[in-house]
Amino acid sequence: MTELEEHRYDVVIVGAGGAGLRAAIAAREAGLRTAIVCKSLFGKAHTVMAEGGIAASMGNANSKDNWQVHFRDTMRGGKFLNHPRMAELHAQEAPDRVWELETYGALFDRTPDGRISQRNFGGHEYPRLAHVGDRTGLELIRTLQQKIVSLRQDEDNAATAAGGEPPADEDAGLRVFAEVTITELLRDESGAIAGAFGYRRETGTFVVFHAPAVILATGGIGKSFKVTSNSWEYTGDGNALALRAGSTLVNMEFIQFHPTGMVWPPSVKGILVTESVRGDGGVLRNSEGKRFMFDYVPDVFRSKYAETEEEADGWYKDPEKHRRPPELLPRDEVARAINSEVKAGRQTPHGGVFLDVSTRLPAEEIKRRLPSMHHQFSELADVDITKEPMEVGPTCHYVMGGIQVDPDTAAAARVPGLFACGEVAGGMHGSNRLGGNSLSDLLVFGRRAGLGAADYVTGLGDALPVPAAGSIEAAARSALAPFDREDGENPYTLHRELQQTMNDLVGIIRKESEIERAIQSLEAMKPRVAAVSVEGHRQFNPGWHLALDLVNMLQVSECVARAALIRQESRGGHTRDDYPQMSADWRRRLLVCALDGDGGVTVQQEPITPIRPDLLALFDRSELAKYLTEDELSPLDEQQEAGHGS
Amino acid sequence: MGRDAHFRVWRGDAAGGDLQDYTVEVNEGEVVLDIIHRLQATQAGDLAVRWNCKAGKCGSCSAEINGRPRLLCMTRMSIFDPDETITVTPMRAFPVIRDLVTDVSFNYRKARQIPAFAPPPDLAPGEYRMQQVDVERSQEFRKCIECFLCQNVCHVVRDHEENKPAFAGPRFLIRAAELDMHPLDARTDRREFAREHQGIGLCNITKCCTEVCPEHIKITDNAIIPMKERVVDRSYDPLVWLGNKLFRRRRD
Repeated sequence: MTELEEHRYDVVIVGAGGAGLRAAIAAREAGLRTAIVCKSLFGKAHTVMAEGGIAASMGNANSKDNWQVHFRDTMRGGKFLNHPRMAELHAQEAPDRVWELETYGALFDRTPDGRISQRNFGGHEYPRLAHVGDRTGLELIRTLQQKIVSLRQDEDNAATAAGGEPPADEDAGLRVFAEVTITELLRDESGAIAGAFGYRRETGTFVVFHAPAVILATGGIGKSFKVTSNSWEYTGDGNALALRAGSTLVNMEFIQFHPTGMVWPPSVKGILVTESVRGDGGVLRNSEGKRFMFDYVPDVFRSKYAETEEEADGWYKDPEKHRRPPELLPRDEVARAINSEVKAGRQTPHGGVFLDVSTRLPAEEIKRRLPSMHHQFSELADVDITKEPMEVGPTCHYVMGGIQVDPDTAAAARVPGLFACGEVAGGMHGSNRLGGNSLSDLLVFGRRAGLGAADYVTGLGDALPVPAAGSIEAAARSALAPFDREDGENPYTLHRELQQTMNDLVGIIRKESEIERAIQSLEAMKPRVAAVSVEGHRQFNPGWHLALDLVNMLQVSECVARAALIRQESRGGHTRDDYPQMSADWRRRLLVCALDGDGGVTVQQEPITPIRPDLLALFDRSELAKYLTEDELSPLDEQQEAGHGS
Repeated sequence: MGRDAHFRVWRGDAAGGDLQDYTVEVNEGEVVLDIIHRLQATQAGDLAVRWNCKAGKCGSCSAEINGRPRLLCMTRMSIFDPDETITVTPMRAFPVIRDLVTDVSFNYRKARQIPAFAPPPDLAPGEYRMQQVDVERSQEFRKCIECFLCQNVCHVVRDHEENKPAFAGPRFLIRAAELDMHPLDARTDRREFAREHQGIGLCNITKCCTEVCPEHIKITDNAIIPMKERVVDRSYDPLVWLGNKLFRRRRD
């Protein structure tokens, strides 16, 4: 094996989006020598595409907001499948994580009294999303990126102040390895993390990181679907790396289809149209001009949503006296409603529904609040959103499932030294994520992962793990294999086929026969993906990169399909045509994916973590009864009786 | 439904390369990046190009199309004549790595040199109070997606490698302006830094950077000229003086 570059760190963070960068800040501030490894250039991660905002109950727009209300909204949005401890920590810590960003230099939009402005979003009871127009993700990534730079500058300045030279890159306590793809995690003979193996995209040469802790922050899996709002990086790398290292994935059947993606022109199909359009007053109409969302309010939410247009419109000005517009239901509800309207033939010329803000806000206000949307539609679709409605439809946006983690430390299941945070981790959002809860998730659990890794590394002392014999050579061999094979298929063709399969057969509405067909197709694809061959050489070769990413996409897709086949109910981001009801019995069961000895995916059922009594007490019994079984409710009744007696 | 278009794409690496001809299908509504992707999938599997979001938000797919610096993902095919040959080349101001991918590390080095935001020592997190009108000035510059097209087009460095050590380029002059205009940044020496360490004096206000900015940031008018003016408060810059005479700018 030639050209092997080796580095030693206390922790290697894979992924440089919001979660990875926040983890890096925490790890570095805890004193760890920290490497950040990312597939793209520094500052290009998928987080930049987040638009609407960061959910945090700061109470700036409505002083009644607090973490308990945020917790309740999050659990309702996730249909009570969320890991309750994660939802609790998230709701409690989000405000501090947002305020902290201001100390790094972030500039959020302001309230009239100078505090951070907060906007309305689907499923959030009060205006809760800190935002910068509709480019909040860019602000988040740039702020964290600049904080990382400043940590490095602090180190340089400290060295200079002590009379020395600033450390060279290889000696610095914090370093970014941009355009490096990790292809395998390295473990010692006991199975604990010993580092990571990857290649530099620029040169195709290999890099070995020796480290006792790895934090996976690689984001999602959307590139396995044809219509998606996700960037090319979202190939499920972290999920697949964790699986192959012996960890487990949970809730993989839950995929969020964002209700509003662009539908035209074809080349931009799937690009996100922010939920802020609806949060700021935009409405959905079908081809008959009807505001159809009033017909799609499910029973569990009936009491909280307006029944007439008048009541809904009144809410924007006076939320105390009116109920919320149904356009602001959680995303899974809105996406299904749009899907139904299109199927019923009430679709727009390009197969979506109308999203109209032009008749709801003055043109100047639209440009101020939604500048990116205005820009995006005028540049890509020749549509002026201040004058005419947009055409939108569902797009694969987010995976609720992910690596099973310990809520407090972000430690991944079954593999000592492995941590995960952000979209690649599962549990926090249950069966459906609320808009705005992703950016806050990145910050809260990014920081916790950094601290968790620091504690773990400190606890190891001098007992540093060493990669198992032959593991580095094996990783190099499999990375190079596509060059050695001849007459294999083109990776681009296979990728398209995978995306079409997942889109058509394991998409927004699922049924048994289709999922079974998907699994057959995926099985048939395995030997073909294993035989892919690529042209050219190792230097910046996108065909080769895709060939390696495909392996991950296929493994993760199999998890999604197999879990989707087993769960016989409809909940959040998993809708079964053949099992349309939500089932309290199924709520108690989590589906956990692992790899068997042959690299096939196995799915096992595990009981869900019970919601602590003090957290249950935040809800009315009548609401809990919509989600929980009688067994689960009876302790609550006993407790209440005891409470009355005292 | 598609038609065929004629593309010339620069292929090569640091050692050299040339324009290669391709005939490729184009469909309604497509952008140049779609065509590059079609080339990868059907004719040139190893054609190197950077891209991420394909929505104009990440600033990865910068290149030159018929000589003009542009984002590949935001350049609609419909702006070209159907029989026009479309030439795609890598950004010229940065060393080529392969095909359309260039070494943009210059920009990350310049970013490292600017002192970070200095938080106000007397305010705890959560106590920051700023007015919308005051944050908007800096927010304009924080729209920057770091596509580096402004750095690429700026003729202080585009054909003058020798200026690179002394000149930070438009992207980092707006970073300086952003910090200077931040209502709560505790440093007071942003302008001096721009003059002494970022080479703001080398900019001669031709506004090429503003013209190519995909985010329509008024780089020259709203960032560089005000920063030059503020610098001139303490040291005379003849170009700014001349600029003010020529463009009759209102002083603030």
